[in-house]
Amino acid sequence: MSATHTFLNRLEERTAYRRESAATPEPSWVAARRQAGAARFEALGFPTKRDEAWKYTDVRRISEGDFALAQDADFSPTTAATLGLPLDAIRLSFVDGVFSAELSDMADLPAGLGVEPLSKAMSTNHEAVGGSLGRLAGVEFSPFTALNTALADEGAVIRIGSGVVVEKPILVQFFSRANAQPVMSHPRVLIEAGARSQATIIEHYVGEAEAANFTNVVGEALLERGAILSHYILQEASLQDAHIGSLHIDQGRDSRFTSFNINLGGALVRNDLISDLNAEGAEANYYGLFFAQGRQHVDNHTLVNHNAPHTFSNENYKGILGDRARGVFNGKVIVKRDSQKIEAHQSNANLLLSDRAEIDTKPELEIYADDVKCSHGATTGQLDEEAVFALRTRGIDEQTARGLLTLAFAGEVMDKVTLDTVAERVERAVAGKLPERFNLSDLVDVATANQA
Amino acid sequence: MLEVKDLHVTVEGNEILKGLSLTVNAGEVHAIMGPNGSGKSTLSAVIAGKEDYEVTSGSITFEGRDVLEMEIEERAQAGLLLGFQYPVEIPGVKNIYLLKAALNAQRKARGENEIPAPEFMKLVREKLAFMKMDASFLQRAVNEGFSGGEKKRNEILQMLLLEPKLAMLDEIDSGLDIDAMKIVADGVNSLRSEERAVLMVTHYQRLLDYITPDYVHVLVDGRIAKSGDKSLALELESRGYEWVLEESAA
Repeated sequence: MSATHTFLNRLEERTAYRRESAATPEPSWVAARRQAGAARFEALGFPTKRDEAWKYTDVRRISEGDFALAQDADFSPTTAATLGLPLDAIRLSFVDGVFSAELSDMADLPAGLGVEPLSKAMSTNHEAVGGSLGRLAGVEFSPFTALNTALADEGAVIRIGSGVVVEKPILVQFFSRANAQPVMSHPRVLIEAGARSQATIIEHYVGEAEAANFTNVVGEALLERGAILSHYILQEASLQDAHIGSLHIDQGRDSRFTSFNINLGGALVRNDLISDLNAEGAEANYYGLFFAQGRQHVDNHTLVNHNAPHTFSNENYKGILGDRARGVFNGKVIVKRDSQKIEAHQSNANLLLSDRAEIDTKPELEIYADDVKCSHGATTGQLDEEAVFALRTRGIDEQTARGLLTLAFAGEVMDKVTLDTVAERVERAVAGKLPERFNLSDLVDVATANQA
Repeated sequence: MLEVKDLHVTVEGNEILKGLSLTVNAGEVHAIMGPNGSGKSTLSAVIAGKEDYEVTSGSITFEGRDVLEMEIEERAQAGLLLGFQYPVEIPGVKNIYLLKAALNAQRKARGENEIPAPEFMKLVREKLAFMKMDASFLQRAVNEGFSGGEKKRNEILQMLLLEPKLAMLDEIDSGLDIDAMKIVADGVNSLRSEERAVLMVTHYQRLLDYITPDYVHVLVDGRIAKSGDKSLALELESRGYEWVLEESAA
């Protein structure tokens, strides 16, 4: 039996299960879409190194695996609390892809904000979901999107009404358990940000240390005129987990999308971020940080389409690779004909902490307009040993000195992170626990107070 | 306090120090002078723990401890501090962080608690004012984009805060205009006390007009060829090094 069939058999299993257990059958459009996804996946098969977009990323860890679909969301709240971000947030939680009401907190949503699991959105008004789901992420995008389309039945649906400013961050947690039989999940994330709305959304992927599951998430974000969205991907999966994700963003006039794509965990990680800047004034900011050790493999692909004049994109990705870790960065910017007066900047800098770590980086620009301002560049280097020495001569121990310098390298990206708890996670992963918080905001406050 | 005995140091196969001996007691200021390539900077770098330097024989003890057996950071924590001739730029690491981390590392080594933020800021601001440096400097990355003079002042600022028992200054005067030199010298002079010592390496007599040494040593070909008091520096200034070279060859 081929690898694709192993995966598609799970669909049959699930469909049979659903026929027996579900109170209401799936709407016909969902069933049709599943079939389309399955057919597409079957035709494409798993990507190989011969596919340009997967040249450096071997997915056999996934294709040769046998992943079941999780049946429940049992998970200790204590463990969940330990693993989760200590944030005062609206919380939507999934355990191996299954919604957990127990670990979620959606009480007191402000007026105009909808946050619900996909299953609930489907049962209340499936037609309202049907219009958007799959609109930005079609089955053509990649075999994994197709597979997700075939198998997805849960996820997060976030709708922010026009003019609504959501104060609390919206935290979507994906917990991965240490299962006897590894499982896979195919969650969807659907974000609709109404005109002039504003919100911060965090997708947090985390799990038990022994977890060895496969997460295949597909996200879609629609930003209407003037919407401002900060979006975090904090990927801290276990070191045996495989994580494939794509996020497709459609931006209207004067909208601003800021992405923080932070990858610290996972054995095999692939993220795709695709923005379509469809109207004047749309702005996309991509900040990325990946830190990999051991034999971790982290692949980040980004694509920004400047489809309209006066659109802006700014991308800064930093990679830190130790041991035998491998990183891939592929950032592409396409400026359509007639998309004049656009500005697109892109940079990728990588730090190799060991001789055996490896990075493949490829910034790409395709420009079909003539009045544009674009830049791109990539650098790769090692820690400055002179700086390590200089810090040690001030009494700072070697480990802290190296940690500090490694964090400093990530600084340009981390400076943009406004959520302290996220910054702390990065600090701990990259540098261990430093004597004081790195950004020292408390000291700055004291300094300012002293000056006054 | 510091005892250097018959020190031989090799860098990339070349012997730079060839049996250097030196004793520095608490309360003393020593100046080491000498022509280019005589090994002046090597001495302080070896004491600080620079890794490319191989000590082939001899010993360095500081307050009875074998310095060569100590990690770089342990030397600093014990009170041995080197002010660099060319302070390195550390992008992304703010001065304030370096200062606090360094001070706390030292306190931790002494079994003391971390310094509370308000107390730390008060201390830093005091030292900044003394070095005539602006508070905005704290938020800048260590030495990044600093002028030569700013870098040197920064080295002294670190010293003022960390209060080393033995401050080693490697050509702290190079590249300084006269105003900056006075500020740097004031900083160094403020460190002088009965309990502390200063070891400065310099090429020029000029620095010694502002920081008066108790002892002046002339380093020639990896060895101290001549020692004297501050008048020796004046003599070197007027006569050059040739006569010392001839004397030591004789």
